[in-house]
Amino acid sequence: MTREGRIRLFVVAGLVGIFEVLCRSGVIAHTVVIPPSEMARSLWQILISGAHNADIVSTFLNVLISSALAISLGFAAGLAIHALPRLRAAIEPLLASYYAVPTFMFYPIFIVVFGVNARAIIAIAVLLSIVAMIASTLTGLDRIPAVLRKTARVFRMSVPVRALLIDLPAAAPHLFTGAKLAFAYALIGVIASEFILSGQGIGYSIAYAYNNFDNREMYGLMLLVIIVAVTANAGLDAVDRRLQARLRR
Amino acid sequence: MTSAEIHAQLTGVTRVFDLPAGGKLHAMGPVDLALRRGEFFSVVGPSGCGKSTLLDVLAGLAQPTSGDVAFEGKPVAGVPDGIGIVFQEDASLPWLSVRDNVAFGLRRASTDKAETARRVDYALNFMGLRDFADAYPAQLSGGMRQRVCIARTLVLQPRLILLDEPFGALDAQTRLLMGDELLRLWRETHATVLLITHALDEAAMLSDRVGVMSARPGVFIDVVETDWPRERDSRVVSDARFGAITARLWEKLRVESLKSIGGKSVAADGGTLS
Repeated sequence: MTREGRIRLFVVAGLVGIFEVLCRSGVIAHTVVIPPSEMARSLWQILISGAHNADIVSTFLNVLISSALAISLGFAAGLAIHALPRLRAAIEPLLASYYAVPTFMFYPIFIVVFGVNARAIIAIAVLLSIVAMIASTLTGLDRIPAVLRKTARVFRMSVPVRALLIDLPAAAPHLFTGAKLAFAYALIGVIASEFILSGQGIGYSIAYAYNNFDNREMYGLMLLVIIVAVTANAGLDAVDRRLQARLRR
Repeated sequence: MTSAEIHAQLTGVTRVFDLPAGGKLHAMGPVDLALRRGEFFSVVGPSGCGKSTLLDVLAGLAQPTSGDVAFEGKPVAGVPDGIGIVFQEDASLPWLSVRDNVAFGLRRASTDKAETARRVDYALNFMGLRDFADAYPAQLSGGMRQRVCIARTLVLQPRLILLDEPFGALDAQTRLLMGDELLRLWRETHATVLLITHALDEAAMLSDRVGVMSARPGVFIDVVETDWPRERDSRVVSDARFGAITARLWEKLRVESLKSIGGKSVAADGGTLS
């Protein structure tokens, strides 16, 4: 582990420790936040009891489906927009300001169109994450050095062969960054949507526990989301950094 | 060397670009150039005079607006088999190891595996890359990456090697040493070499002939024969003739360079030079 990594771990562990002391000493009321150690015990019980297995599976399945859709559709849209410069000039300002719009406010439309089910959740999550993938695809294609395109001509490559052997690997670091962002947005989109338009899933279960004053279960589930989000992001980030380092010019 | 045998030829070649804002830019020509088989020919000229355009046209990467381009007696349309090109910019493929970079063209041509390995090993040794075969370009210096690109061209055993300011981004010492390696490569492969460069000393040191281009639209205003022996290296810089050759090149080029940077009045003052 790097020196910075050790400091980071120390800071996080220190904050958790302080939180534990504040909760245990009553400075922070038990009805507001439970101690982190109790959150961990609650999560452990949730996992071994299997009480929320269906919710966990449902949430992560929705996240995976949303990510896959956002990545593939975003990539395809990015390719199309890149190939049509006039269309790009027209819609690029819209893409740039896209995240200024709170996508969740459209949830009534999705309920009307899809009903209260997984499809509405996936639609919101895809809507939230797809633009990150489109933007990354455009950046990736823009950043392919002109000399590599020239090299492809020297090797007498056809356009499809060039796309596969030169363009795709050259754009890969940006595409991966897009995929990483799309996953993160999809996770946010799915869990947040489950709060408002679902009868199952981790988001729904957190809201249900909150409404029933079940702090223990609520914080246990929150901890699960945090652990999954941080672990997945750290894993993707490690691959991302390796790709970036290798492809740095 | 059968010096009379013409290997590649440009006849009355011009290149005119349409400008985005309307109008046309006459970038180069008319240019006549006959490269002799096995010679080392360099092109020097002021910035923007069309040197790289000349290379692109000869390589089949760009169509001439008028005139004819021939390689080994056949008209050029697209990059012909037998021509290798090294660009100024780093054209190594960063996602491939040095070995895979060098083997890239051979694999594309479906060359037999044993033959590919043999040629790649030879090129890696020749360019001093053997110990870096498994490294990735990002782990190498600019000079080493340019060696990778040269090795990638070398394995294809081109009969005409075109180099577009390949050492432009390197420091002066590395450039001298890379020049030596280029001479060694030229001698061993018996290829014809066309080098585009802005460095007069590099052109004077490496070449059998140096063509001097005018400011845009670039045409050849002088071709200097160096008469260096085929067995030569960077030590020719201490030869008295080296100074005379670079002086003659600069004499021609100074006026053209001033024109290209808009210093026509200075060029006129220095008119005694021409």
